Amino acid sequence: MIDFINSIVVLLNFVIIPGLSYGSQLALGALGVTFVYAVLRFANFAHGELMSFGAMITILFTWFFQSQNIGLGILPTALIALPFGILATIVLGLLSDKFVFKYYRKQKSVPVVLAMVSIGVMFVVNAIIRIIVGTETIKFSDGQKFIMKAKQFKAMTGLNEGLALKSSQVITILITILLLTFTFWFLQKTKTGKSMRAFSDNEDLALLSGINPDRVVFITWLIVGTLACVAGTLYGLDKSYKPIIYLNLVLPVFASAIVGGIGSPFGAVVGGYVIAFSEIMVTYAYKKFFKYLLPESLEPSSLVQLLSTDYKFAVSFTILVIVLLIRPSGIFRGKVL
Amino acid sequence: MRFDKYEWTAISIMVSLFIFVGFIQGWSVSLVILNMCIISAIMTMGVNISWGYAGVINFGVMGFLAMGGLAAVLVSYPPIKEAWQVGGSGLGISFILLILLVIAVFFINKLVEKKSHKYWFNGLVILFGLIIIRYFFLDATAKIEEVDPALAGFLGGANLPIIFSWVVGGFFAGGVAFVIGKVALGLRSDYLAIVTLGISEIVVSVLKHEEWLSRGVKNVIGLKRPVPYEINLQNSEWFINMVTWFNSSKLNNIIDPDTKQEVLNNLIIDGSGIFVKLNYALLFFIVMVVIYYFANKAQISPWGRMMRAIRDNEVSANAMGKDIVKQHLIIFVIGAAIVGVAGAMLVTLDGLFTPSGYRPLRFTFIIWIMVIVGGSGNNLGAIFGGFVIWFAWIEVAPLTTFLIEIFTSGMDPQNAIRLHLLDSVPYFRYLLMGMVLLLILRYRPKGIIPEKVRHS
Repeated sequence: MIDFINSIVVLLNFVIIPGLSYGSQLALGALGVTFVYAVLRFANFAHGELMSFGAMITILFTWFFQSQNIGLGILPTALIALPFGILATIVLGLLSDKFVFKYYRKQKSVPVVLAMVSIGVMFVVNAIIRIIVGTETIKFSDGQKFIMKAKQFKAMTGLNEGLALKSSQVITILITILLLTFTFWFLQKTKTGKSMRAFSDNEDLALLSGINPDRVVFITWLIVGTLACVAGTLYGLDKSYKPIIYLNLVLPVFASAIVGGIGSPFGAVVGGYVIAFSEIMVTYAYKKFFKYLLPESLEPSSLVQLLSTDYKFAVSFTILVIVLLIRPSGIFRGKVL
Repeated sequence: MRFDKYEWTAISIMVSLFIFVGFIQGWSVSLVILNMCIISAIMTMGVNISWGYAGVINFGVMGFLAMGGLAAVLVSYPPIKEAWQVGGSGLGISFILLILLVIAVFFINKLVEKKSHKYWFNGLVILFGLIIIRYFFLDATAKIEEVDPALAGFLGGANLPIIFSWVVGGFFAGGVAFVIGKVALGLRSDYLAIVTLGISEIVVSVLKHEEWLSRGVKNVIGLKRPVPYEINLQNSEWFINMVTWFNSSKLNNIIDPDTKQEVLNNLIIDGSGIFVKLNYALLFFIVMVVIYYFANKAQISPWGRMMRAIRDNEVSANAMGKDIVKQHLIIFVIGAAIVGVAGAMLVTLDGLFTPSGYRPLRFTFIIWIMVIVGGSGNNLGAIFGGFVIWFAWIEVAPLTTFLIEIFTSGMDPQNAIRLHLLDSVPYFRYLLMGMVLLLILRYRPKGIIPEKVRHS
């Protein structure tokens, strides 16, 4: 029995908790991509840079607050800086819409042209970020690093295996729950949310019913900016901020959105967790897990790892390709918000 | 191929840019930029063929370039016999098993009727097949990677002249493109963009981590060259004579024999570098012209017209009896193969293969900017885009340094903002690229040299 609990703790510590926090970050990112896709109708390649930009502004404000000795005690200072980051990201999104995307929307350009345009925006935002903070890795998490250390857990329960709980992971999961609840409540219950859903479902019909398209686009950027900034900051808080990494992150984010069914918010969230868990589960070495479960004679000699961790990014795309082949519209038939 | 006034202007701009750089920064710098420009132009033509002719989006440029690079290694590197001895049989067995597996899956698809059963059967067979193959494969690769890890640790290549790899690289990239196209070409264009981007990422990560094949992140250095080495040139009679002849007027003015010898030696060292680069430029230029010639021929042929018809109106082309899926696949493969040729040439020029150097920003998105800026659907436009954008990519750094110096000249030289700006000079090129792309898409969406629709 104790072996069984030990094996579960191993799994919790190395697969489930990291998977949940990484999945939350992906889910928030994918939700932003899906919103842009459903309302503005294009694949926004600049979303990764939007996340990075939000995280960067948050870091700048964190530094400012740290220099003023303002903090939250055991919680990271970044939490106070986050609203400023969100505000800046929303402004950036609205500016990019006003100066770039709006023109093509009025022209009714095909989605591919808008995707190309978003690549241009990606380059510009990328350059701005690099010019402001460079390309070095930045660690900005402060406060208490662990809620529970592996040693404490061992002492508390008397088990062989420890369970470490990083505060950044817990914060990520809590904020994600909060934000997701709010978003879904907004979409389902408020009048503005309903008008957004109508707009994404059938633009002409929505216009006929008197829905103001500019207002819908404005609200969309509010939500997208918030989601992108929070996702980027949480990712940076959890792993450490590196401007270049967000370009790589945009691929799993897209994969999550498409796997879940692009345009479907619920699908994006599920897709985020599917991608995160499959990335971690396929590349995790299960040796320790089986060591507790199986009798000694059957103990595995190798690492029991399906793929080496080098292929982490490849996993998300393999899943994407498989899903697109079997069910091209994603797990939750996409396209409608 | 007659150029109109507009196109002649573009060509003369390109030529004068290099002459300008040659006089300002030296001919060596100018030739380095020129070589990369030609390679970029070939990549751009590859993308232009699939995007400009047929509207098939290909964001997998990076992956196809990497496949071309792999071809350069596999063709030119001498084989490592020891590695073949220890791991060859294991690899052979796993290869045969893999073929058997593919045949098995093929037969299951033929024999089993019901769709849901098909998935289960296929899944099970593939799973068990992969477990068995893994057993042989991992053993063999581990042995191969243990052979002299500091110098070898991979299978090596075929020890042929590296110039063959340009063709082989095309076939490698085309082969990969065939598989990708089979899987993904049915998708909508923006999905296709994301999927090809992702698959190119997978291709690069395979090359990065399968050390038995490509030496992975340990890189392969010291590849053979299709052109002479500088050191051999410096010691060969005819080259020294040539340099003397070229600079005879300059040398004749110097009377002191010792100084004369010294000047001549310096000239020979400089000249050998330039001569090697000129040779590369000549080879690349020939490839570019050949590809340009055939690409243009294809575009004005009935096949090219059909492609344009498919691009402009898929439904009506289909109604006229054109097999759209097949034609899309063909043009995707051709475009990728040309990119693969460029990839092999890139590795040939560098003389080394570094899988970790393949990044999407540099090798996919910049190439796309070149196509869009130059003019999609027009091969000369694609070449022009390749030249201009690569030129800007290189020359924007000295230019921004110059501009920052001017704008901050009123400030204290140790001013923090000024120093920070000077530190971030390399990043201004991204800003420029983004701005150029946005401006072109807004005010000249067909590119600088737009497509010419010939009615024949």
